Amino acid sequence: MKKLTKNEYSTLADKASPPTKSYRTIPTAFLVGGLICTLGQGLLNLYQYLGLPEKTASAAVSVSLIFLSVLATGLNVYDNLAKYAGAGTLVPITGFANAVASPALEFKSEGLILGIGAKLFTISGPVIVYGIAASCVYGLLYYLFG
Amino acid sequence: MAKRLSRSTIRLESCPSIQAWAAVGGKMEGEGPLADEFDFLNPDTTFGESTWEKAESRMMRTAVDRAFAKAKVCPSDVDIIFAGDLLNQCVGSTYGLRELEIPFLGLYGACSTMAESLCMASLFIEGGLAERTAAVTSSHFCSAERQFRFPLEYGGQRAPTAQWTATASGAALVGRSMAAPFVREVCIGSIVDLGITDAANMGAAMAPAAASTIAAYFHDTHLKPADFDRIFTGDLGLVGSTLLLELLEREGLPISAQHADCGLLLYDRQSQDVHAGGSGCGCSASVLCSHILPRVQKGEWKDVLFVATGALMSPTLVQQGESIPGIAHLLHISNTRGKEGM
Repeated sequence: MKKLTKNEYSTLADKASPPTKSYRTIPTAFLVGGLICTLGQGLLNLYQYLGLPEKTASAAVSVSLIFLSVLATGLNVYDNLAKYAGAGTLVPITGFANAVASPALEFKSEGLILGIGAKLFTISGPVIVYGIAASCVYGLLYYLFG
Repeated sequence: MAKRLSRSTIRLESCPSIQAWAAVGGKMEGEGPLADEFDFLNPDTTFGESTWEKAESRMMRTAVDRAFAKAKVCPSDVDIIFAGDLLNQCVGSTYGLRELEIPFLGLYGACSTMAESLCMASLFIEGGLAERTAAVTSSHFCSAERQFRFPLEYGGQRAPTAQWTATASGAALVGRSMAAPFVREVCIGSIVDLGITDAANMGAAMAPAAASTIAAYFHDTHLKPADFDRIFTGDLGLVGSTLLLELLEREGLPISAQHADCGLLLYDRQSQDVHAGGSGCGCSASVLCSHILPRVQKGEWKDVLFVATGALMSPTLVQQGESIPGIAHLLHISNTRGKEGM
């Protein structure tokens, strides 16, 4: 075989690899993500209409969206939607709920402790770790300069 | 006696015969273009088991049982079995075959394992070390996803270059007889790594290894691509196949007239959501045992090359920033025992 450098091959491989169809994926993500947020706003209005104060109502919206996402994950619907929606289903709170529910389903075969317990946060773990770390930094800055 | 043509290519002068074979698949494979050629398709991806690992073991065992039944042999008639799969510690094979009490050698060559195990099975016959050997491999989409990627219900998107791990298994029995198909030469590939780090583009990682093995084989045997009816690669998929043809074109070995890829044959990319094509040990194994061997047996194809390709990928090493080494092993499978030189 003639020698091919890694750089030369990388160029060839990039040329042969089809790119993501952004013209389709980005609008779909925008639409589905927007629809989920609109649903959240609708629920917020509904809960307030039913008499909840705004703070409690917004917490109830989060709980409702998380419930719906976990339900859809369990019913084998969420991943099929996410296949088309991409970031549209990943970014809202529903994506986080799916990232916790899906390992719970997947690893239940290894038991409650080493399966579900140990693997529950394999995907969402980094979000929690760096989310908490960032909030600590923010809290410190707020304490010092706020 | 086997004749070494080079460090990698060995001519098997006794021409071991592939006596029986069986291909088993799951639901997606049953919806694909090769469905009618499988021995058994189970629309229940669990194969009646409680976990995906057990499902894969059950599937492999089914393939072995079917191949044995077709050859009318029982496990005690088989001197040694070579088996492998994609799971850690090759548990698909060990748990699938543990009740058979056949001397067992587990192999790992990622998706190239069917060619690797069939090479070993043929070489043991050629060397007179066994009267009858078996080669079997499997892969299962669900057990592979949970080990290498994400939980099944996780809402992620797959890259256009990603491939779909086949839920399939193929088993072949090798022995000494005058009935086709015969294994005429084997070419053991070396590890080739041209620096691909994207675990969602394994076709690109494997293509240089396939090109290297195919080029070495033609160099060592002085044969030409036109001497073959078909040249099958294992699971390069769309991206890897394009790259393979390009790499061999540069070597002055155009094979586009003969080339087909098992990963592109197993599924219909237009109607099935498999992105760049199929992959997994079971992909090339099941296409070999459903589509290729019967045609060579009938003489529809006289000579084919079966080049199964493997991405020797570890999620840990990829996370550490390492690139993905590729490997490809080749077998020349023929309808005739042939004369010296061809």
